[in-house]
Amino acid sequence: MSGLGPIAGGLTLAVPRGALFEETLELLDALGIDTSDVRASPRRLLFPGPGLGGGIERIVTMRPSDVPTYVEWGAADLGVTGKDVLLESPDREVYELLDLRYGECRMVVAARAGDDALEESLRRLGVARVATKYPRIATGHFTETGRQADIVEVKGSVELAPLTGLVDAIVDLTATGRTLVDNDLEVREEIVASTARLIANPVAHKLKAAAIDEIVRRIRGVRG
Amino acid sequence: MIHRLPPGTRDVLPAEMRELRALSDRLRASFDGAGYGEVWTPSVEYEDTLRRGDERAARAGAYRLFDEHGRVLVLRSDMTVSIARLVATRYGGVRPPVRLCYFAHSHRAVERGRGHAREFLQGGIELIGPDAPEGDAEVVALVLGALEQAGLRRHRIGIGDGSLVRELLGELEVPHERRSALLEHLSRRDLVALEFDAEAIGLSPAARELLVTVPSLRGGPEVLDRAGGPVARAVEGLRELYELLAERDAAERVILDLGLVRELGYYTGAVLEVYDPAVGYALGGGGRYDELLGRFGTPLAACGIALDLQRVHAAQAAEERLL
Repeated sequence: MSGLGPIAGGLTLAVPRGALFEETLELLDALGIDTSDVRASPRRLLFPGPGLGGGIERIVTMRPSDVPTYVEWGAADLGVTGKDVLLESPDREVYELLDLRYGECRMVVAARAGDDALEESLRRLGVARVATKYPRIATGHFTETGRQADIVEVKGSVELAPLTGLVDAIVDLTATGRTLVDNDLEVREEIVASTARLIANPVAHKLKAAAIDEIVRRIRGVRG
Repeated sequence: MIHRLPPGTRDVLPAEMRELRALSDRLRASFDGAGYGEVWTPSVEYEDTLRRGDERAARAGAYRLFDEHGRVLVLRSDMTVSIARLVATRYGGVRPPVRLCYFAHSHRAVERGRGHAREFLQGGIELIGPDAPEGDAEVVALVLGALEQAGLRRHRIGIGDGSLVRELLGELEVPHERRSALLEHLSRRDLVALEFDAEAIGLSPAARELLVTVPSLRGGPEVLDRAGGPVARAVEGLRELYELLAERDAAERVILDLGLVRELGYYTGAVLEVYDPAVGYALGGGGRYDELLGRFGTPLAACGIALDLQRVHAAQAAEERLL
């Protein structure tokens, strides 16, 4: 067979901006990947090599919830995102390679402290109103616990919704619980714990197997 | 005036159609030249028929309707079960091998905002009669050659074994009631959940290591040496197939992938997936299904592969942009 083209070995890595950003860059530093440009340019999105090192040809930065989309379609070979994001989009065809064990947080049901609006709505109205940025996780949780809930999707600060009477409770991610406390909310139920994960595009995982396995091996090395 | 289409469907206009037609003509010429005659089957089948072939294939058909007698019809999601039905019904007295190809639309459910096609055009081949590994080698070599004739340059084919992972779970003596969860993790390649569950089940460290590393092996023939004892049967089959492909000069495009799992349940041996480094999604797939025809009363071995022509076309365009 003739004309078999080569497969470039360099990897495109999707790095999440936001809560996981700093620790992801620290991990990349530990792997010997040059993150100085990424650190120096908060508004740039694409950082081409060469010279990044560690088998990485290109870094792209984006919000964590977009990482699975870029990785699923192969616009990035590897990416870092939260387990919460992966749980919210379970049909994305990406491979979950490693638990990076930082970015620890919990998905919880929270409601106004000292208030039984959630219980009362369930008892008297048969259904609770719940605001969230994670409709699939929230729907799944209430379904699996045998309770009926109307899920209200909001984009901004979810904590406002129960304070204004929009809903009885919220489903949201919390790391320290401070924002909840500051808004007179308390955790009622824990749904799932989340940490940062390394994900891979299925085709890249096969065509660039050696480069991906090498990165996984080195991450296991530096993270013990 | 703008009239909307259902999400996941689309029109094809002449510029695209010319390229798509040229692509399918070249593939068809390759298939036909190798003795694979083209067939059509109806786009709807009785649900009972699809279910007789494969429960999961019947369920994957997302669109159902009732005919005038109240029988349930399913818009096909895949051609292979229909081909098995056709061979059993129309080729009863014919001595195998039977070589068939098809170019036809199939349908599946899609989620909003995912960018997936609800209706997709497949071109594929089915080789009925020959056993593994000779039959597999013929199918793999033909599809690789046909894609090259069609103008693709950098395509690869992943080859795994559909029962390797089951064999591994058996060898590691994983309790039966735990196997389906592990299979699910392995087919999604959720390695984090796999490691977590393997530990929760109480597998020994050595068994956990095998469970994670063996299905992660992918690459050239060297991965077969590294897989070792617990999956010896599958490894031997893959080695024989690889050697036949090397004889046919097709081995350089082969990626042996011990973790390759295909969604449909009817695969019994080799499983196949076609890739191109220019795009991040598989261009098609298939494998060996030695039990499917038996369910239609014609126990014959078979192997086939289907390409998603619009994805092959996209890969072709992406390759040209990269050159």
